[in-house]
Amino acid sequence: MTTLTKTEDSPAPTGPESFLSVRDLKVRFSTEDGIVKAVDGLSFDVERGKTLGIVGESGSGKSVTNLTVLGLHNPLSSTVEGEILLDGQDLVTAAEKDMERLRGNKMAMIFQDPLTALSPYYTVGRQLSEPYMKHTGASKKEAKDRAVQMLEKVGIPQPRTRFDDYPHQFSGGMRQRAVIAMALMCDPELLIADEPTTALDVTVQAQILDLLRDLQQEFGSAIIFITHDLGVIANMADDLLVMYAGRAVERGTTKEVLGRPTHPYTWGLLSSMPRLDGDINEELMPIPGSPPSLLNPPSGCPFHPRCAYTDQVAGNLCADSRPTLAPGRAAACHLTAEQKQTIFIDKIQPRLR
Amino acid sequence: MLQFILRRSVGAVVTLFLIGAATFFLFVAAPSDYASLACGKDCSPERLEDIRHALGLDLPLATQFWDFMSGIVAGRDFPDGDCPAPCLGQSFYYSENVWDLIVDRLPLTLSLTVGGIVCFLFVGLGTGMLAAYRRGTLVDKVATGASMVLSSFQIYFLGPIVLLIFVYSTGWMEDPKYVPFTQDPVGWLVGLSIPILVMSTIFTAQYTRMARSSIIEQLQEEHVRTARAKGMPRRYVFFRYAWRGAMIPIVTILGIDISALLGGGVVTELTFSLQGIGRLAVDGAVQKDLPLTMGVMLVGAFFILLMNILVDIAYAWIDPRVRLS
Repeated sequence: MTTLTKTEDSPAPTGPESFLSVRDLKVRFSTEDGIVKAVDGLSFDVERGKTLGIVGESGSGKSVTNLTVLGLHNPLSSTVEGEILLDGQDLVTAAEKDMERLRGNKMAMIFQDPLTALSPYYTVGRQLSEPYMKHTGASKKEAKDRAVQMLEKVGIPQPRTRFDDYPHQFSGGMRQRAVIAMALMCDPELLIADEPTTALDVTVQAQILDLLRDLQQEFGSAIIFITHDLGVIANMADDLLVMYAGRAVERGTTKEVLGRPTHPYTWGLLSSMPRLDGDINEELMPIPGSPPSLLNPPSGCPFHPRCAYTDQVAGNLCADSRPTLAPGRAAACHLTAEQKQTIFIDKIQPRLR
Repeated sequence: MLQFILRRSVGAVVTLFLIGAATFFLFVAAPSDYASLACGKDCSPERLEDIRHALGLDLPLATQFWDFMSGIVAGRDFPDGDCPAPCLGQSFYYSENVWDLIVDRLPLTLSLTVGGIVCFLFVGLGTGMLAAYRRGTLVDKVATGASMVLSSFQIYFLGPIVLLIFVYSTGWMEDPKYVPFTQDPVGWLVGLSIPILVMSTIFTAQYTRMARSSIIEQLQEEHVRTARAKGMPRRYVFFRYAWRGAMIPIVTILGIDISALLGGGVVTELTFSLQGIGRLAVDGAVQKDLPLTMGVMLVGAFFILLMNILVDIAYAWIDPRVRLS
């Protein structure tokens, strides 16, 4: 039970050796109704050859964070503070031209929806070749060979003929493969996968996940894997970051976080997941309430209006003060380690297994 | 593609035939007596009978319909003279063949249309693209504001003001007039510049707004973001990805606008005292000159059908999903 507070074997969020290092990232959008704090003081690290999973509800800031890493946020309506260091280079302050050189090259993104992620107006081959020609200066023919090779690698049959097809001639699964192939054209060292399998059926999903793992082993890329599917995360990620209301609320290795979660929100996430071997009549335990408005986030701990354990914290601490997330294996919660352990063993664990 | 064009052309011919039939029966069913209108003021019953006979109004309806339709293809003979194919009948008011009247007026309408399109496409789409590219900046705000104001500048409002300033008080320009392009290209341009510019103003404003909004909409498409995520430069993504999709609604409206302009810009013609197809249509309606009305209507319908086909071809060129289905 000592593992609950152990920090030694955790992913050290400090040190310049991290390949991608995000420090105190704040992304704000100005809207007509006010300022939306989409990401509010987020820090994490990703190492080469490792996969970081990010989970959280819709609107918790997962996608915004990663779009910001790529510099794809709207510069007119949003402000970005903090540091994003990729291999030592700060991406927040980088010039647009430098970002263009990195995007699709050193870092690439796989988008969620394969049906809309490809342009309907150009052939799949052209869309794959473009970034390769731009980043490597390859000729059209070289780019085609590379694209065909990548299409083959992601398991598209007859890639040479398929090269000239338009996206609408591809099935959903094939389009997702094409999107993955496109992201991998220039052997990116950082790959951000934003719910790459959500739109796919389970068998295709398994193939895609296998593919990503194989590619990671081959190229040693760092992967950020965004999803709200904890089953997928358990399979894919080495480390896990749980996000809520634009902040990280729990961090640790995937095994630690899923096996011994210490944040009430993570408990809620795990309890609301159906079990395969569960009784048909067994009720799921959804987290009460709805995700907070980022326009006007709750005071103190943003989760406190939905949290069932605020009464165990002395005074009005939950509503008044925002709990910090310590480095390493940690959760941003005012509950003491003993309280968490008791609650987990008494109330949460029986629901999980 | 060829098959598509062929199929659509056949469809267009059929549609034109149906429109022709509809106009013909409308014409027969019209309450005003066609012969007495043609007869004029001092009309005697004998003369009326003569005219009825000459116009073939004493023939059975089916024969009349056949004569009208075959006249379009083969031409007809009227007592007042020949009407070679395509014969749309004779105008009472002008005592001329309707087709000759239309052919006479078409160059002006064509000039206004072409000049207008060149103006509002270049200026309107250009400004709209610039505003979308520099969204939120001063350029965008000025362009959006100006197009908002200018899109309410109707031709009959702006026209007299421009005439007053540039023609009547300063004398910098002459009254707008039509000089055939083949005779004097410079004179053609100078003579029509005021009508073209005035007419284009409102279109330019509308196309600016349309181009801006549809590009901005496209820029939010996921595939545009994917293209940016691949590291493609902003300008490349703007022109290759966003613009391509933005063209579809623009082409749709453009087709409608061009066919409307070719059918006659009545307001422009009246404002600047020009003789175009629109004027002809108004004359036909006011003078109860039914053959003329029918003729103008058929020509207008022809342009609408032609533009529809061209718009569909443009769709197929822009969007491969249309091409294959």
